[in-house]
Amino acid sequence: MIELTVNGEARQFDGDPETPLLWYLRDELQLTGSKYGCGVGLCGACTVHVDGQAQRSCTYTLADAAGTSVTTIEGLSPDGNHPVQQAWRDQNVPQCGFCQAGQIMQAASLLAENPNPTDQDITDSMVGNVCRCGCYQRIAAAVRQAATGA
Amino acid sequence: MLHYLNQHLAPLPQAVVGRALIENVSRRSFLKGTAAGGGLVVAMQLLPFKAAEAFETYDHGGHAMPHGVVNNPHIFVTIDPDGTVNIMTIRSEMGTGARTSLPMVIADEMEADWSRVTITQAEGDEPKYGNQDTDGSRSMRHHIQACRQMGASVRHMLRQAAADQWGVDVAEVQAVNHEVIHEGSGNRAGYGDIGQAAMALDAPDIATIAYKDESEFRYIGKGQVQIYDLHDITTGKAVYGADVHLDGMKYAVVARPPVVGGKVKSLDDSAALAVPGVEQVIQLEGHMPPAKFLPLGGVAVVASNTYAALKGREALVIEWDDGPHAVYNSAAYTEEMKATAEQPGKVIRSQGDVDAAMSSAAKTFTQTYTQAHMAHIPMEPPAALANYADGKLEIWGPVQSPYGVRQDVSEYLGVPIENVKVNVTLLGGGFGRKSKCDFVHEAAKLSKEVGAPVRVQWTREDDVQHSFYHTTSAERIEVALDADNKPTGWLHRSVAPSILSTFAEDSGYQFFIEYGMGFADMPFEIENIRCENGQAMAHTRIGWFRSVSNVPRAWAVQSFASELAHELGRDEKEVLLELIGSPRIIDPKAAGMPEDLWNYGDPYEVFPNDTGRLAHVVELACEKAGWGKEMPEGEGLGLAVHRCFLTYVASVVHVKVEADGTVRVPTVHTAIDCGFPANPERIVSQVQGAAVMGMTLTFHSGITYKDGRVEQSNFSDYDVVRIDNFPTEVNVHIVPHKFETHATGVGEPGVPPIAPAIANAIFNATGKRIRHLPIRPEDVRDA
Repeated sequence: MIELTVNGEARQFDGDPETPLLWYLRDELQLTGSKYGCGVGLCGACTVHVDGQAQRSCTYTLADAAGTSVTTIEGLSPDGNHPVQQAWRDQNVPQCGFCQAGQIMQAASLLAENPNPTDQDITDSMVGNVCRCGCYQRIAAAVRQAATGA
Repeated sequence: MLHYLNQHLAPLPQAVVGRALIENVSRRSFLKGTAAGGGLVVAMQLLPFKAAEAFETYDHGGHAMPHGVVNNPHIFVTIDPDGTVNIMTIRSEMGTGARTSLPMVIADEMEADWSRVTITQAEGDEPKYGNQDTDGSRSMRHHIQACRQMGASVRHMLRQAAADQWGVDVAEVQAVNHEVIHEGSGNRAGYGDIGQAAMALDAPDIATIAYKDESEFRYIGKGQVQIYDLHDITTGKAVYGADVHLDGMKYAVVARPPVVGGKVKSLDDSAALAVPGVEQVIQLEGHMPPAKFLPLGGVAVVASNTYAALKGREALVIEWDDGPHAVYNSAAYTEEMKATAEQPGKVIRSQGDVDAAMSSAAKTFTQTYTQAHMAHIPMEPPAALANYADGKLEIWGPVQSPYGVRQDVSEYLGVPIENVKVNVTLLGGGFGRKSKCDFVHEAAKLSKEVGAPVRVQWTREDDVQHSFYHTTSAERIEVALDADNKPTGWLHRSVAPSILSTFAEDSGYQFFIEYGMGFADMPFEIENIRCENGQAMAHTRIGWFRSVSNVPRAWAVQSFASELAHELGRDEKEVLLELIGSPRIIDPKAAGMPEDLWNYGDPYEVFPNDTGRLAHVVELACEKAGWGKEMPEGEGLGLAVHRCFLTYVASVVHVKVEADGTVRVPTVHTAIDCGFPANPERIVSQVQGAAVMGMTLTFHSGITYKDGRVEQSNFSDYDVVRIDNFPTEVNVHIVPHKFETHATGVGEPGVPPIAPAIANAIFNATGKRIRHLPIRPEDVRDA
């Protein structure tokens, strides 16, 4: 039996410990904000926080997650107004929106560790998150806004 | 696209604004009509139009689409007693903003307060809602008029209901920002108070409707309305294809034949069935093209969760019978296409006498441009949920054409169409992939077989390897030059497997809509022009990808124009503008264009090919980018222009080439003339995204085949532009127009100029000319 916390709630999992966290979140908990995009950790659409660190939930197993505290986009902020979420809305970042939960989780994790990132820090942190619609210009602007408050 | 394919196959022919800089345009053209005999007679008018007059002449192709355009406000608008205005939206949302922008037009014209508007996504029901096929960059151009009509009708109904209630003349009642007001009596009522009575009235006769003056618009043309789903997207609540849950649902993945048309020769599913959670293994019948969107077949693993299904699929032991398409090898095929392009082909357009021009030329200049296949890879791979029960089928999916899906699935499963319901979720990207409902067929078939709701999830590998691919192509262009280096003849041969091969027996030749995308409609003012199509048989499923054939045509024509300028030792912009020639409305007949010249399904008289507008976007993009300025070593500017989806787009791209062959794109200036810009903020966002997709297809998007199998599989070998190297600052310059200059396409036209502009810039930076897409770093490095 694997025990973990998801968005503040204690959870128990007794299935295959190799199950990627993503499928547990989506299929079992129906927390569908984290998206499947590639299954191999190359696109970032599934990004969640595990003990505050951004992780690709499509390759992060339940065994890895045992005893951790997982936060998904649904749990990032009680009212949906985390500074990164607000910046995303202010900059009108999304087109289709599918990758944005992962982008936001990645950016929130960056800013938690590094409140004043340089442009290079932003690039280094966000390079694993693909946006096929091509919203990068606004993603970069939104991360900068969330960091500086301007 | 679908409609035009069906038309072709029919037995009888049928007829923030952010960085947006709104620029002044010195001229405005409005085509008044045509005259028989001497070709088109064009009246250039500079008169301001009143909205009602603009509407009189507001013709468009939407009426000719299946089920046309519906403008009945009672179908689209409801008003709740609390004042909430609910607007039905009929376009699938894949990132263009159409789901928001059309209701925004209705809301503005009915003087609704946007903060009190809710949107409901229509299920697939074209007899009720009109055409819903979200494709071809036509949401705004085919529906803005109907949306204004419905909004204006409701505004009138609200005023009429108030007038009736207050016993006053309707002419004295105004509707302003969610309120009706009678100044004389001081009466006022909110839309919630009067809405029920208003919506009980008949809609007014369209001919009598009074529209708002453009100066009164609150939202249309402004760009301050945010997309409806913005909050849900940023909080993880937005619902996409794989996000719908039904009790008792099963999760399925499918092992599809690696070669199109292949079949299962032998199957051992014992290990798969031993995986905990795997419930059933089901063989699916496959379909050899032409089979439209019928599934490829293979072996489905049905499980109690997605991970079990995936593990079960890994455990399948399948031997495939590959079938005839195992012969497909991209490297050899590209050489074959190039060889075909050296031979005369089927003549599609003929103006003047190209042979005479070539034989009398002082010199000729020839180049051939090729492109690999591309896959769309929307961030959301195909996924759909189907629930077949008691003879009825309900579907939830990210589909571009919900009624098309309903028709197709009804036929596929033999379920009467009235027993099929298609719910449209958000689309995590579409780009044409989600026009093709093979993934919905799979879910529907499996739900029927299993007797439970089934979601089929495609993995990224499935998506990369089993798509409906953008064609691969060879485009050869030869120009005749006279003694003064003036082009006198233009011979363009296009060789590419056709989309039509997915729908009908493959002739190896393209069809009218492919001819109409930057090939037969090529706008250069040259006396003798011939366009020929050489044969290319398809060996995979060819589909449409954002911008379709415009991508290889702009790639070829715009690279060639740049090469010609260098050949002549002249400035590229000057040569390009000379090729475009005098400002004129091209007369397709006089230009020898095909009788069935495709104009994106819209009437040519209303949406003609206007070289003045084409040249204007060139001037605008060049002016903003500082065309002609000195560039540092290893840097260059590149220019390209293209008209497609009735919109004119020019881009000037600045590249920096690094020693290892990496190409960076610090800035892009794109000028877009899409007629009346209804939602400038989303236009900017589409054009910015188009630059990114254009850069991706320039450097990454090569799907290649070996022995009939796609060689790529995931982002590992079919990558896209990422934030470490993307068009960093895309400046979008929208040419302003009043409403009477019809809104044209936005979703697609930004893409085609990017690849040739980048290649032209690479040449200017390095002297290296590259004629194959995608461009690899070694192509640039080995200069």
